[in-house]
Amino acid sequence: MAPAMSDIMTPDAAELARNAPGDGRAPLAEGSPEHDLFIGLTRLGDNTLILGHRVSEWCGHAPVLEEDIALANMALDLIGQTQLWLGLAGEVEGAGRDADALAFRRDAWDFRNLLLVERPNGDFGQTLMRQFLFDAWHAPMLKALEGSSDDRIADIARKAGKEVAYHIERSADLVIRLGDGTEESHARMQTALDALWSYAGEMFIGDATDARLAEDGIMPAPESLRAPWDETINHVLAEATLTRPDSTFAHKGGKQGRHSEHMGHILVSMQWLQRAYPDARW
Amino acid sequence: MSNEWPLWEVFIRGQHGLNHRHVGSLHAPDAELAIRHARDVYTRRNEGISIWVVPSSEITASAPSDKGPLFEPSNAKVYRHPTFYDIPDEVGHM
Repeated sequence: MAPAMSDIMTPDAAELARNAPGDGRAPLAEGSPEHDLFIGLTRLGDNTLILGHRVSEWCGHAPVLEEDIALANMALDLIGQTQLWLGLAGEVEGAGRDADALAFRRDAWDFRNLLLVERPNGDFGQTLMRQFLFDAWHAPMLKALEGSSDDRIADIARKAGKEVAYHIERSADLVIRLGDGTEESHARMQTALDALWSYAGEMFIGDATDARLAEDGIMPAPESLRAPWDETINHVLAEATLTRPDSTFAHKGGKQGRHSEHMGHILVSMQWLQRAYPDARW
Repeated sequence: MSNEWPLWEVFIRGQHGLNHRHVGSLHAPDAELAIRHARDVYTRRNEGISIWVVPSSEITASAPSDKGPLFEPSNAKVYRHPTFYDIPDEVGHM
């Protein structure tokens, strides 16, 4: 029986992937502007893809019908944004991979999403808090990207920005309502905040690729998004009567392709159809 | 089920419509969230440009059992329809 997907624990799997027959492309040189741009775009697209997939897991399971539809809407917004980001990433790469190929034919180490977005859904409070922590970053990120020196990026950011403006309005409002709600809802929201807090810091830690992209005015430096994020977080948490955790410890690695144990499971459920029936269509 | 959210009636004004039209109902804890839920439930396919929500409990409805006395009398009064005029051809479709 041939393995459907190389296991992340297989010691030579990374090498297998490198040597796998590609599209006859010359890989982008590491550190080149095209490679940096490709990395930056997959980071954006992988965030929206993995979070969109996570949120879609609620479909049919949300506490009430209205929330179920709202969550599915948001998941679809995020998947729609993924198509744009990964579509552009594939164009920049120039190797014949489209958004679908990037979403469904890469393995965990080639995904560059934040660890935050791969956290399990938990209860509704945890899903909501994850969304809020992400939205509070996503909104100013897109705002900054609207001023990108790359027009293609600015265009996508403008379109996505409208959707995300609604996401943050919604998640902030619900965090406040549930934080400042009943004893139980307050406790659940505080537990969610405490559990997710150490996954928020990664959003603001830049690497060499980020620095070069920022220097060229293509994407904002991750560090520059800390202040607007802090402002939103402090304001909303105060109104929600939730306590901002003290710790500044941050789990990191997702942006570089080092993921938590959850990533492989997400990919298995997300990719199995394309893996089992390659090129299957509706 | 006393801890269920109250019911709201939703009215949407479509892209080209002049009037808000009743499209359905939903549950929400308050008016603000009712608007938000209505946006998510009823305008996903670009149906609307304006939303009204009204607590269902605030709507006074005619009783179905009054249907006869209320509506049947108008049934047999064809002269209330303006069908007894000759309309000049130049007027076109009315």
